[in-house]
Amino acid sequence: MIDLHRQAFKEEAYELLSELESSLLELEERPDDQDLIGRVFRAMHTIKGSGSMFGFDDIASFTHEVETVFDMVRNGKLSVTSRLVNLTLAARDQIRAMLDAADSGAATDLQASAGIIVGLRELAGFVGTEGAKEDHHEEAAVPRRDPVTYRIRFAPPRDIFVTGTNPLNLLAEMKELGTCTIVAQTDGFPPLEDMDPEGCYVYWDVILTTDQGENAVRDIFIFVEDDCELKIDVVAEHNRYDEQQDYKKLGEILLERGDITPQEMSTVLSRQKRFGELAVSEGIIPEGKVQSALAEQKHVKEVRQEKQVADASSSIRVPADRLDLLVNLVGEMVTVQARLSQTAALRDDSELVAIAEEVERLTAELRDSALNIRMLPIGSTFSKFKRLVRDLSVELGKQIEMTTEGADTELDKTVIEKLNDPLVHLIRNSIDHGIELPEVREAAGKPARGTVHLAAVHSGDSVLITIADDGAGLDKEAIRTKGIERGIISASAELSEKELFNLIFAPGFSTAKTVSSISGRGVGMDVVKRAIEALRGSIDITSVRGQGTRITVKIPLTLAIIESLLVRIGDDSFMMPLALVDECVELTREDVARSHGRNLARVREHLVPYIPLRQRFAIAGAPPDIEQIVITQVNGVRVGFVVDHVLGEHQTVIKSLGRAYKDTEGISGATILGDGSVALILDIPQLLQAVEMEQN
Amino acid sequence: MAKVIMTADDSASVRQMVTFTLKQGGYDVVEAVDGKDALQKLANTKVDMLITDLNMPNLDGIGLIKGARALPTCKFIPIVMLTTESQDSKKQEGKAAGATGWIVKPFKPEQLMAVVKKVLG
Repeated sequence: MIDLHRQAFKEEAYELLSELESSLLELEERPDDQDLIGRVFRAMHTIKGSGSMFGFDDIASFTHEVETVFDMVRNGKLSVTSRLVNLTLAARDQIRAMLDAADSGAATDLQASAGIIVGLRELAGFVGTEGAKEDHHEEAAVPRRDPVTYRIRFAPPRDIFVTGTNPLNLLAEMKELGTCTIVAQTDGFPPLEDMDPEGCYVYWDVILTTDQGENAVRDIFIFVEDDCELKIDVVAEHNRYDEQQDYKKLGEILLERGDITPQEMSTVLSRQKRFGELAVSEGIIPEGKVQSALAEQKHVKEVRQEKQVADASSSIRVPADRLDLLVNLVGEMVTVQARLSQTAALRDDSELVAIAEEVERLTAELRDSALNIRMLPIGSTFSKFKRLVRDLSVELGKQIEMTTEGADTELDKTVIEKLNDPLVHLIRNSIDHGIELPEVREAAGKPARGTVHLAAVHSGDSVLITIADDGAGLDKEAIRTKGIERGIISASAELSEKELFNLIFAPGFSTAKTVSSISGRGVGMDVVKRAIEALRGSIDITSVRGQGTRITVKIPLTLAIIESLLVRIGDDSFMMPLALVDECVELTREDVARSHGRNLARVREHLVPYIPLRQRFAIAGAPPDIEQIVITQVNGVRVGFVVDHVLGEHQTVIKSLGRAYKDTEGISGATILGDGSVALILDIPQLLQAVEMEQN
Repeated sequence: MAKVIMTADDSASVRQMVTFTLKQGGYDVVEAVDGKDALQKLANTKVDMLITDLNMPNLDGIGLIKGARALPTCKFIPIVMLTTESQDSKKQEGKAAGATGWIVKPFKPEQLMAVVKKVLG
């Protein structure tokens, strides 16, 4: 492309040069012809201007010398002599030679150039002055610096519009530099009959916090700064540590700006009322000025607050393993406290019981605050995802906006860390499979820009994290076809919507037509599901074709200590996470007889399937006459577990089972009870899955 | 609808470069070879912005700016003049005539686009 421009320039330059030759020859005949002088100047000017633009820098700087001389001739400072014409003709030939050389690559005669330049300079009467001075634009990278807050008063001239300047564009440019508060001042408006409708009577006070430096601000006003009133003052630098104190008082700001005199200020201050109101009601300054000063106060306060929030979140740094140790100790203590309470109850010693109750209360508080230390707002993870969404959408040519909600929701640090990868995967899926390309979206009557909404909210002792997109939604038929193809379901299987959606979590499942760099290899969703379940969480999908998909991840608040229900089967104790337990009902021998061996219980007119745990775990002995069904709810399905006795709620400190028992089905850990015995913690979702698999 | 920008320059290569750059930036371009030609075209065409050289035969840039500002359709449009560093006085003269801003030659296509965006919003 540049070559094309260069070629055009050269053709033009040859033309200009031949015109220049004839003009010069004519000029020799009529040395006073202003029109001819003008033509010579313009020819030189054009060659110089265009030459430098298309990379003929040598020609440009050489021609500059000739142009300078002819500028003097044009302004009557120098007269046309035959020596001047001779030199100029020589210069013309030299330029031509340089043009030719640019084509062939031959070297130009630098000596000749220098000789002509010296001759011209002698003629012009400035020997030895420096050569062509090109103003090179400083394009050095702007060094990063601390943000500074500027107070800018920009008062354009009344006739700013006649130069075609739109002051609003300038204000908009300032907004791009940083955080910006703009207050329009309208006190310059005359009465209507005196007003020039094409005049500008407004001026602006702008409070701008930027790290670009003052020159960047001045550059905005480069075309107007000679004519307008422009005042730029630094009001606050945000790198200092003494920012704890309050920002300047309103009166101080107005005084600094020169909107009010010290005398006026003390008059106002002598009455003990709100300064701004008084100053206005006294008629000392118009209300707009006060508004502007107030806006400055507010702006700086906000900028500082943002900074403080950032400071506060990093205020104490403690190694994570020290926290882990603390939580472990608290866990031990909870266990010991349980023993103490139990022992005290057995001793029938009212004094000991009182102490045990005191310890119980304190331990609960200690446990809560110890766990709280490990809690972090999930917001930091959210902001990482924003970047991910931005990068991915650019890569895929999609327009996607990510909105977040509940960034301040707190979760255990370990949980947040472990959630990162599954959430990244889910968001990638939403972007890659969910949100359509802008054209497709517009054709479907949706805005071209898709939305991915990420929300976190507390729900009991869990946190619900929702990833909702307004994309294409899941294609049930495609899932079914794929499921059959991959042998995950049989061709005749009749699945509910929920069951179909759950298929995408099956290993090796992917419906994407092509494998992209982001997703589509089908190794994702099953990994996501496993990761979530490892956190004792659950995952749920709802989707409407054409309207979007919503994935809800439910995660327990903490991993270390859970509330659970203590149950007994025979001589063994088991724990069931209380979060999953709905209710407990009795199961009598008659009930079992009535259901004809189908393991279904009727609970308030609803049939609930149950799993007899004694059978499942092959525990010897006969069940009591009245057994208990603990009804749980997992992923919206109610299933009962039959146990012998329900003992009650228990604070469970989770202990891992050790490597040998790591993969034991249906057991996620163990805990130590008050009497020192061990109780196994049931992994309800896994148990259910295992039973379902067996039945299929 | 794309905004229309007129480029008035007696140098065909500058016109070509300006036109090429602006078209790439999504603008429509009207070319004029000198001030006189520009004024004639301005009378019949509505443009959103004018980029003019200062040194042109027949009618120079200053004359063109004055003439354009007298046209009701061009009263408030941004007018940017192309100058060289040696013409600081011309800059002032141009501003007095009603120019919005200037671009110093030589300039790069990016610089041209930056100024167009600045004044056109």
